[in-house]
Amino acid sequence: MRSIALPSIAASLLLLGSPAEAAGTHVVSDAPLQITIPAGEFASVLPPAPGVKTVRVAAFRLDHTPVTNEQFARFVARHPEWRRDRVPRVFADDGYLSHWKSATEIEPGQRNQPVVHVSWFAASAYCEARGARLPTWHEWEYVAAASATEPDGRKDEQWRQNILAWYSKSARQPLPVVGKTPVNYYGVHDLHGVVWEWVDDLSAMLVSNDNRQQSEPDTLRYCGPGALSMEEKENYATLMRIAMLSSMQANYTSKTMGFRCASDLGPKQERIHEPLR
Amino acid sequence: MKRSLVLLACAAALGVSGCTKDVTPQIVQVAEADTGGSRRGDFGPPVGEPIRAVLTSPPHVPPPTNRNYPARVIVELEVTEVDMEISEGVTYTFWTFGGTVPGSFIRVRQGDTVEFHLKNHPDSKMPHNIDLHGVTGPGGGAASSFTAPGHKSTFTFKALNQGLYVYHCATAPVGMHVANGMYGLILVEPPEGLRPVDREFYVMQGDFYTVGKYREKGHQPFDMQKAIDEHPTYVVFNGAETALTGPKALKAKTNETIRMYVGNGGPNLVSSFHVIGEIFDKVQYEGGTRYQENVQTTLIPAGGAAIVEFHTEVPGTYVLVDHSIFRAFNKGALAMLEVEGTQVPEIFSGKLQDEVYIGDKVANLAPVSAAVQASAQGKLTVAQQIEAGSALYKGTCSVCHQDDGAGLQNVFPPLAKSDYLMSDPQRAIEVVLNGLSGPVTVNGSTYNSVMPPMSQLNDDEVANILTYALNSWGNKGPAITAEQVAKVRATTKRSVGAAH
Repeated sequence: MRSIALPSIAASLLLLGSPAEAAGTHVVSDAPLQITIPAGEFASVLPPAPGVKTVRVAAFRLDHTPVTNEQFARFVARHPEWRRDRVPRVFADDGYLSHWKSATEIEPGQRNQPVVHVSWFAASAYCEARGARLPTWHEWEYVAAASATEPDGRKDEQWRQNILAWYSKSARQPLPVVGKTPVNYYGVHDLHGVVWEWVDDLSAMLVSNDNRQQSEPDTLRYCGPGALSMEEKENYATLMRIAMLSSMQANYTSKTMGFRCASDLGPKQERIHEPLR
Repeated sequence: MKRSLVLLACAAALGVSGCTKDVTPQIVQVAEADTGGSRRGDFGPPVGEPIRAVLTSPPHVPPPTNRNYPARVIVELEVTEVDMEISEGVTYTFWTFGGTVPGSFIRVRQGDTVEFHLKNHPDSKMPHNIDLHGVTGPGGGAASSFTAPGHKSTFTFKALNQGLYVYHCATAPVGMHVANGMYGLILVEPPEGLRPVDREFYVMQGDFYTVGKYREKGHQPFDMQKAIDEHPTYVVFNGAETALTGPKALKAKTNETIRMYVGNGGPNLVSSFHVIGEIFDKVQYEGGTRYQENVQTTLIPAGGAAIVEFHTEVPGTYVLVDHSIFRAFNKGALAMLEVEGTQVPEIFSGKLQDEVYIGDKVANLAPVSAAVQASAQGKLTVAQQIEAGSALYKGTCSVCHQDDGAGLQNVFPPLAKSDYLMSDPQRAIEVVLNGLSGPVTVNGSTYNSVMPPMSQLNDDEVANILTYALNSWGNKGPAITAEQVAKVRATTKRSVGAAH
């Protein structure tokens, strides 16, 4: 797991290679609940290597909702270096937290909405402050492949259509509050239909900018895009995520890009959700 | 082949006036000329100050560049995701280049260096890019223009090939971005420009896939399965069923040359583009350099375009369709061009006459032939006349005066209990033979319409019909004889053109 230095500590990005707790960061108390996700194997649209069909995901914990404005505002209060008027532009672009009332205050209606206009750096810093991290793409995709009743609902036409229906809605509409969509098989809310979400291994998402060039994958940037199975219609919903993530750089922010945190399984207290059936 | 023909012609001319040496190669060059494509499209570095391109929303086309030198042309195109009507009461979230479907029309000159700025509005949910078919280079600019919401990408290209080119979004999943309306046209003018015309229009076809059925009201999301199956819910010009109809119809005048830049964004269907009532004098297939003449319907591939030209002679409404005709009448592929001007009957008369044509006349008209036979034998009864008249009335008179003779209030006067008919049976013969136009008062109501002359009916038939009318639906009147009809026919001057 990578951790990053906060701008106040170092002006440039450093890989310290030490746990976040050791860096002395403060843990936010009212973070989203975490759900334990059991280990498993699944077919990713981004296979780890050519010829490898499935990905093995180790058990981990995942926030059951995206992080809200209120939760993020508490983090900013404790880490003023992440205020929108203080953060260096290399860590967050001009849009960073631009929807807030001020550098430290949110509008009352935003409290339970997912925080957006956050950069990958800011999202990573928030998770690290909690002793957590962003989920990897495979972890996110693994949990998001679940429908309400199946661990892999991707072949369910209605499930797929529901996801595409969200893509068909304009981003001009106000965001919903978190935790209102039905939980999926694992007990996780809002993986679809609310916001895009940052993943930890963003750089691996940088597949070819022209996704039609399947025959000439940019192997230096990512070894798997040649295997991007775009012809599989059940993958369309997932591909939209990949397209969005691959258009973003780590300091970019967007009106619809939020995040949630993940944690490795550890001795800490767990709230295990019993999967349906 | 051409060369030898020219040489022969030259040799033949030698004896008369001589043949100068430079004529032959010149003619040969014209006969075999090509424009050189991209090999001859680079006119050197841009000259002068950069020029900001005029972009227009459909159906408008930017003015000609009117330049004779290559320039640096700045194109700023903004991608927005907007809810708009695709049909009356039906909204759809379109992804657009410039806020419209199709996207803004771009016009440059061959050899221009285009500095392209693609802006993705902060309200966009999706990343987008642009692949211009007029670009020489990998991806047509797609990779260079891949842009996250709230960001802007810049790239340049030199427009090496002249022609009319489609541009579209090429972000995965490409099909969905195109299906949501992300396409438009860029015209690369030849260096000498295009021949001036009176009007230019920008029309682009596209197919759309919604979860709800055709014209099902409300907001309709994209249906991926229908798109994969290539079963569109809508096929429309310029992004909506009503984009070019009613008050938004294209407008022109007679004696004008019209040029249409017609594109097809797809994503799936190929268009059989046709203008009902016009013939394309010229078609530049696929937006290419050569033209074909006198074309009725031209095929426009998905991701392709054509330049069509025609000259207007006759005023009226011309309907643009995809002649895969169910798309026009059941999916929306229909647009209007209203041409204003004075009628030119020597070119097109308009409708001269509308008659009922009964295919199975023989079977239905047994009483008529019985009456003809009886009449010939001098044994015709009033009852036979009424029976024959009844058969003839149906399909000839009943279309307007109705089966029960009641007519239509304020439109077609009644025959049943009609004071106008019953008071003057002799006049009725004249009306049937010669027609009647202008106001008449029937049972106290004024009717002002046109009854065409029933010149196709012979004397027996007119007599029988009138006898039937004068003795039906409560009417009690005299019988009319063929002799009476013949007399009127002989003494009345009928209008020219009515007899046939």
